[in-house]
Amino acid sequence: MSARRLRRRVTNVVMLGLTGVATVLSVSILFFLLGFLIYKGGSSLNFAFFTELPKPVGEAGGGMANAIAGSAKLLLLAALTGLPVGFLAGLYLSEFASKPMASAVRYAADLLNGVPSIVIGIFVYTLVVLRMGHFSALAGGLALGVMMIPIMTRSTEEFLRAVPGSLRDASLALGASRVTTIARVVVPAASRGILTAAMLGLARVAGETAPLLFTALGNRFWSPGVAQPTASLPVMIFTYATGPYDEWHRQAWAAGLVLLAFVLVANAGARLLLGRRVRLPG
Amino acid sequence: MRRTITAVAAVLTLGGSAFAQTTLNGAGATFPYPIYSKWFDQYHALHPDIQINYQSLGSGAGIQQLLAGTVDFGASDMPMRDEQLKQAKVPILHFPTVVGAVVPACNVAGISQPLKFTPAVLAGIFLGSIARWNDPAIAQANPGVKLPAADIVVVHRSDGSGTTFVWTDYLSKVSPEWKTKVGSNTSVRWPVGLGGKGNEGVAALVKQTPNAIGYVELIYAIQTRLPYGLVQNRAGAFIKADLASVTQAAAAVADMPADFRVSITDAAGKDAYPICSFTYLLVPARWPDAIKGRIITDFLRWMVTDGQKSAEPLSYAPLPKAVVQKELEAIKQIGIGASR
Amino acid sequence: MAPRFKKRRGVLVSDRSAGVVAFAFGACVLALTGLLAYQLWANSAASRTKFGWAFLLTGSWDPVAGDFGAAPFIYGTLVTSAIALLVAVPLGIGVSIFLAELAPPALSDGAGLLLELLAAVPSVVYGLVGVSVLVPLMRTWIEPGLRMLAPGVPLFRGPDLGVGFLTAGLVLAVMVIPFIVSMGREVLLAVPREQREAALALGSTRWESVWRVVVPYARPGLYGAIFLALGRALGETMAVTMVIGNRPEIAASLFAPGYSMAAVIANEFTEATGDLYLSALVEIGLVLFVLTMIINAAARLLIVATSRKASAA
Repeated sequence: MSARRLRRRVTNVVMLGLTGVATVLSVSILFFLLGFLIYKGGSSLNFAFFTELPKPVGEAGGGMANAIAGSAKLLLLAALTGLPVGFLAGLYLSEFASKPMASAVRYAADLLNGVPSIVIGIFVYTLVVLRMGHFSALAGGLALGVMMIPIMTRSTEEFLRAVPGSLRDASLALGASRVTTIARVVVPAASRGILTAAMLGLARVAGETAPLLFTALGNRFWSPGVAQPTASLPVMIFTYATGPYDEWHRQAWAAGLVLLAFVLVANAGARLLLGRRVRLPG
Repeated sequence: MRRTITAVAAVLTLGGSAFAQTTLNGAGATFPYPIYSKWFDQYHALHPDIQINYQSLGSGAGIQQLLAGTVDFGASDMPMRDEQLKQAKVPILHFPTVVGAVVPACNVAGISQPLKFTPAVLAGIFLGSIARWNDPAIAQANPGVKLPAADIVVVHRSDGSGTTFVWTDYLSKVSPEWKTKVGSNTSVRWPVGLGGKGNEGVAALVKQTPNAIGYVELIYAIQTRLPYGLVQNRAGAFIKADLASVTQAAAAVADMPADFRVSITDAAGKDAYPICSFTYLLVPARWPDAIKGRIITDFLRWMVTDGQKSAEPLSYAPLPKAVVQKELEAIKQIGIGASR
Repeated sequence: MAPRFKKRRGVLVSDRSAGVVAFAFGACVLALTGLLAYQLWANSAASRTKFGWAFLLTGSWDPVAGDFGAAPFIYGTLVTSAIALLVAVPLGIGVSIFLAELAPPALSDGAGLLLELLAAVPSVVYGLVGVSVLVPLMRTWIEPGLRMLAPGVPLFRGPDLGVGFLTAGLVLAVMVIPFIVSMGREVLLAVPREQREAALALGSTRWESVWRVVVPYARPGLYGAIFLALGRALGETMAVTMVIGNRPEIAASLFAPGYSMAAVIANEFTEATGDLYLSALVEIGLVLFVLTMIINAAARLLIVATSRKASAA
């Protein structure tokens, strides 16, 4: 075997091996984090955690039921605002936009992505909370939704673009309108990637604390509807983790676990619902 | 599709309860969050139709939100300044709730007993002029203690906080050099040191960094079992902060102003701990909503009397009796309803 | 003609209205960003008029004296984000390649799902784990170790505190890996099979087919993923502030404590009182925004330049 051939073979094995090492490293970091959370907070996970309101200091028990419900509400609001805007903006970029307009919108989305979450919180505070005169879950959901938009926009564009032109041409050749082509052919073909982006966006905002502090504030009690300040898991984690009591620290770690489990379930559930998507032919 | 819409609507209306609730919202200082949340929970147990929701955003944020009108009341570790009070649409009243203290927590290699600090030493360490643990000034205050020849790692707060305000207020009073070079505020330009986020950030850094010193609220030092030193007060005695010495400092206030805006650092009194401060509830003086106005006045009355019993078990120093009396008088100033 | 097929000027009405609707949403994103930029500009007026351009160059941050300057924060943001990307991009691309090309579908999906979870971990948890695990590790093993391996290098000077630029950069790297992996894996999977098969048929090794054919084909998507990661790194607050040391100073050593723009905003905004102070903090937000603009624009130009070269080659 020539020297060059040998070098190529060795490179092959080494580089592919390195990617395996990278994967093992990354996944083990995750397992380490999970293990840490379980070790520190597992003891606080019981039925009461999911059903009771927080108890004052010094009393055993209590839970974060209102924070769990609050987070669910906030994420739902975020999804309702951020996902459609991001998806349609991405659609625009990939299917309709002219070059200069596309550059501008893409640039704007990347800029929005780099804004610190606290600045977005202050932004929504000025626009919504001050207008309404009080904190609310609506404002919190909006802040989180704004944070989701860049991820959705950029990813939707990428995945729609990745759909081969042959599919589009075939559809148009069969007489379908552009709208039908997009809705019935292109989007379904890219749906797997778009769903991943949506889940990534939700995961990202599920753990955000800073934007919620100025919009949804927080609540020790239940908060019906969307016009009141509401508790949320990240804010509870922050408040408890930075408090002086060991019991609070344990509950904060437990809440972290619940948050991750929540995201995992939502993620897995959404994928299952969408069904096994056919991988792109070719 | 219809099922999805129903599900969405269900989640959005989650959290309704059977009672007709009145809710008050407040935001402000983080230091008293544990005792406030305990009080509001206890009050809710006494009056199930009343919910008082308090969130710790920080003293400055509490003042901001109160001035903006997005919360019903605020809370702050420092009294509001005159310019801030002028900005308020309605006059704001200050009500001290508990007394807190800030202690010097240290982690010096080989030393197990608490160290003694004079005001000059503390100022010197945080100014950077005293850089090593075996400096003669420290050795003089701690005779017989074997201090290592190691660099002092100073830890301060990175986030703005009332704790920093109290600490720098004290240093400004006892060290003219500190007053001119640095001054006092919730956030200052520290000559030396690392910044830890929050009391627990400072505590964590001090605990794990050898030869570190930082300042934390007394309640954190007690709860996290962090060793802290003694500070020499104006009378010359080295005092270890505990609930008794802290309440002493509050009681030693010679001239309590009518609006309770006072600094009690560097207190007189032979057993007073010198680095203490009141923490305040900031309450508007007029409440057009009569129901909410009655709730807040009733709560304040309960807080200064029955509520104080919950302070000590949580490592907060209760208010001295004289202050309680004055507050009960001040509560009468709150105007309820549409009357002018 | 049936309504569905009504045309105006040769374009189906439904297509045109769809185009308009899509445009509206695209413009929405533009408007949102523009509004945010305007807010940052307007609310920092007091600070801008007082300090002018000196704000970018001076290093003092003195809330008591009312003297503010952003230089150390700019430095900190740049250094920590650079470290984060230098670590996360090779790692993330490597993992994406492994999951997309080598791993069986079940493993790929499972590992992908798990790595996405990393994105959901609240930054305060990253910060806490960073303080309790990474900081002692850095102080006792990694920093002395690096100094032993490369003695005298100015990057590794100074006392071993555990907190500092390097620690913050590493925490950020872990936080942005899920973005690179998630998107990277999907764009690599979306590359048509013919491309790979063609490369292999021409005699390339597996690695060569991946590196020379698949990855370049997916390059726009990968860049998009890296941009997302960069955005996150630039704007991260909580985790960074817990492990960076929060010292507003410019230092050459990676072990030195520093500060970043996002961190100072998060630390001081809730307690800031006084118009000048608040306005200075908002101006830091504005500077960060402009910095993001510059970095994004520069990166875009770089991409255009290199791909032009590549396609010309």
